[in-house]
This record gives sequence, structure tokens and C-alpha cells, in this order.
Amino acid sequence: MTFLESIYLPAVLKGMSITLKHFFMKKTSIQYPEQQREMSPVARGLHVLKLDDEGRERCTACGLCALSCPPEAITMVAAERKPGEEGLYREEKYAAKFEINMLRCIFCGDCEEACPKEAIFLTDRLVPTEYERDSFIYGKDKLVEKMDNRIDVTKRQTEKVLEFKKNKKYQHNR
Amino acid sequence: MVMNEFIFKAVLLIVIFTISLVVAMYSTYGERKIAAFMQDRLGPNRAGIFGLLQPVADGVKMFMKEEIIPLASNKAIFILGPSIAMLTACMTSAVIPWGGNLVIAGKSYSLQVADLNIGILYVFAMISVGVYGIMLGGWASNNKYSLLSAIRAASQMISYELAMGLAIIALIMANGSLSLSDIVNHQKAGLWNVLVQPLGFLIFLITAFAETNRAPFDLPECETELIGGYHTEYSSMKLGFYLFAEYINMFVSSAVISTLYFGGYHMPFIGSLGLSPNVVTLLGTAFLFIKILFFIFVFMWVRWTLPRFRYDQLMNLGWKMLVPLAILNIIITGAAILLF
Repeated sequence: MTFLESIYLPAVLKGMSITLKHFFMKKTSIQYPEQQREMSPVARGLHVLKLDDEGRERCTACGLCALSCPPEAITMVAAERKPGEEGLYREEKYAAKFEINMLRCIFCGDCEEACPKEAIFLTDRLVPTEYERDSFIYGKDKLVEKMDNRIDVTKRQTEKVLEFKKNKKYQHNR
Repeated sequence: MVMNEFIFKAVLLIVIFTISLVVAMYSTYGERKIAAFMQDRLGPNRAGIFGLLQPVADGVKMFMKEEIIPLASNKAIFILGPSIAMLTACMTSAVIPWGGNLVIAGKSYSLQVADLNIGILYVFAMISVGVYGIMLGGWASNNKYSLLSAIRAASQMISYELAMGLAIIALIMANGSLSLSDIVNHQKAGLWNVLVQPLGFLIFLITAFAETNRAPFDLPECETELIGGYHTEYSSMKLGFYLFAEYINMFVSSAVISTLYFGGYHMPFIGSLGLSPNVVTLLGTAFLFIKILFFIFVFMWVRWTLPRFRYDQLMNLGWKMLVPLAILNIIITGAAILLF
């Protein structure tokens, strides 16, 4: 060390001038409940199970989302559509039970990517806090969108995704 | 008349005690705010307007916590530790001249609780006893980290008190008295001591950081190595006493620095304004508090700027740099007194 370094003082004063400068600088804190940061349009939050335009569930309980899920957060039970239920379910098979454990979920979006029916999407909503672990297991009551309160997922269907879905493999889905 | 004097001193005592507690209380708030501002955050702002009720919330939290005395500890000494720390922290302010003389009903009263002719020695004695609080608490906890911290506190105190004492000797040589009020009067007549003794001031400031166990010399509490050090085993208000004593010490140290080196309650050019003596006294006291608050800010400013010294660096700085420098300072002061 040189003499100036070994007496510490120049370095100390330099450091103190930096902290003093920051003392008067603009603060980066966001006062959370009152002030909220804008979310990215493609933020991955709480899932939604989409209905089609006639209000029928798109999910056919194929199980691809559950298979693709890295933390294995999705469980489902498939059932066969009975006659007279055509207004409820789009195809012959549907998910009688569809559960996502929000404590396991890592919000990677693989389920959305795996879904051949465009039934599951991640949205920019957040999973609210709960007191019980069991409350974090979301069933169909919380996941399926309501016809009078549809969830907009157009932001997640980017051009690249739409291009990909034009593949004739997916034509049956339109 | 003796009765009047007694009542005045009693009132002064209570006022000073209250002020030191309130200042210490709001130092905790100031510390958090300053830390936050220097890190581009906002700091506590939820309890009351600007978070001003935060110290009250902290105090209530401390009182509500469970009081634990470890089974293997030495109970009497375990309780004695924080008591000593708090007691000595509060006692030091007795000799500090908080202002000039107030004239009430034709009689003049000094704004100093006790004008000891050995004022500086009293301050030193109290600060040194304060370290016993840390040592006893650390030893009585029966915890290796606490013990290590107590040892560090003791050796740090020895190495820094020496340099501090030597810096003060030069100051006393320049002022010719051990009494704090004499030193202030001497500065009123001439220059502030910081201009006469710049090197001594620097040494005193550095050792004051070490004496109050503040960063960059907070080796005894050192969360990263010693899990909080001497107060690892303490909980509830006993822990609160330790933390609070640190802030009172900081307040008192700032007061001592202002008194010894920055003219105490002396305001330059106040004599030429032609104000009545009582107004001058009160203005002087206010000015002293401005100086004290500035030094408290410096304490915090340094804490949130500098990283902690390593222990061998600390010892090197104390023994190999500060002590020789302080001796050099004494020699220079002596030579100056001889020559001029």
C-alpha cells in the first residue's frame, strides 16, 4: 500500500462523499399497497381455464399439462361427457377435477405451452396470500373463467405463438 | 438561596436526563432513516407521520418480548451487564456544560449539573466502566460468541482509550485545565480547539467511534462473525438496554466532541449582536445541540459508509498508528507552548 492508502483517510472521505450523494438522490422504493408497479404484459401469474365463445370448457383432460409440469403441481381426473352436457363441455371428454397446487407451481408456463386445446393460460393476476396450506390448492371453482367475467389472454398470444398455432396439426382446434 | 440552587439543579438534571433519552430514542429512528436514504430507500414511514412513532413501536415491541435468562448463565451478573451499560451511559452527561449562565430573579445559575475540576477524567472513568457492562454481559451469558465479543471489547477498549487519553493530554496542555467549563471558556476567548489541535481532533474522533462500538469498529457486536456478540443471549428489554445505551453513548460522545473541540455552547460573533444574557445562553444551548446532532449524523454517516475492520487491522491501527501519532501531537503541542 502507498502512504495515502495506508492512512485510510482519502478513501474514507471518498466513500463518505458517495454515501452523501446517495443521501440526496431519488429513492427507488415503491410504496406497495398504494403504489403498484406496472406488470409486464406477458407476466406469468395465476392460471385461468378458458371457455370457448359459447361458454363450453375447452379442457379435454388430456393430461399434457400435468405431464409437462416440472414441479408436478397439476392433478386432474377425466370424465366422459353425458348426453345433454354438450353446452358445458366442448368435446366428449372433460376434466371432472382439475387442481393446481399454487405452492408447488413455479409459474414457468410449460402447461400453457403444452396445451393443445388453448385451454390453460397464465395471466398477470397474482396468487393471493392465504392462512392455510390447503387453501392454495385451486380447484375448478377458482380456475375456470366465468362467462360474465372473461379473462383477456390476447396479450399472451403473441404473433410468434399465433404463427405456431397455424400449423395444420392444430387446425382441429379452431 | 441554597434551596433555590438545589431545585434548579434537580430540574436541570431531569431535563438533561429526559433530553438524552429522547435524543437516543430518535437516534434509532434517525439511524434507520439515514441508513435507508444512503441506500436509496425510504426507511420507516408507516407508524405516524414520516414514521415518527417508530421508536415508540420499537419500544413496545421490546417490552412485549419474552424475557429469557439462559439456564447456564450467571444470573446476577447477567442482569448486572445491561444495567451497568445503561447506568454509565446516562451518568456521563452530568459534567457536560450545556450552556452558559441563566439569570433568574437576580441570581445566576450555571447550565451544568456538576462543574467538576476533573471533568474529562470523570467522562473517561464513566466510559471505561461502561465497557464493563459489555464484558460482564458477554461473560455471564456462558456462550462462546458472547465471550469472544467480551474479550474483543476489552482489548479494543484498552488500545483505543490509550490513544484517546494521549489526544486529550495535548488538548489539556493547550487549554490548561481538566474542567470542561474551563475548556469551553478558553475556546470562547480564543480559537476553537479543532483549529488548534486538528490532529488531536482526528485521533479523538476515530477513538470515539471505537469507544462507542460503532462501525467501522463494531467488532464486539459483529453480526456476521459473532451473531451479535455480547448480546446474543439477551432478549426483551435487557437487549433494549444494550442497544439504547449505545445510542446514549453516541449522544454523549457527540456532546463531548462538540464541547472539547468545537467550542461547546459558544457561538461565534454572538457577542456583537447585543442580545440579553439569557437569550445568548439559550441560543448557545441550541447551537450546542445543532453541533451534537451534526456529530450524531457523522457517526451514522460513517457507519453506513465503511465496512468493518478486521481484528488485526484494528489493533494495528490502534497501537501502531494512533498511539505514535498522539505522542507526536503531544510533542508538537509542547514545543509550540515552549516557543510561543
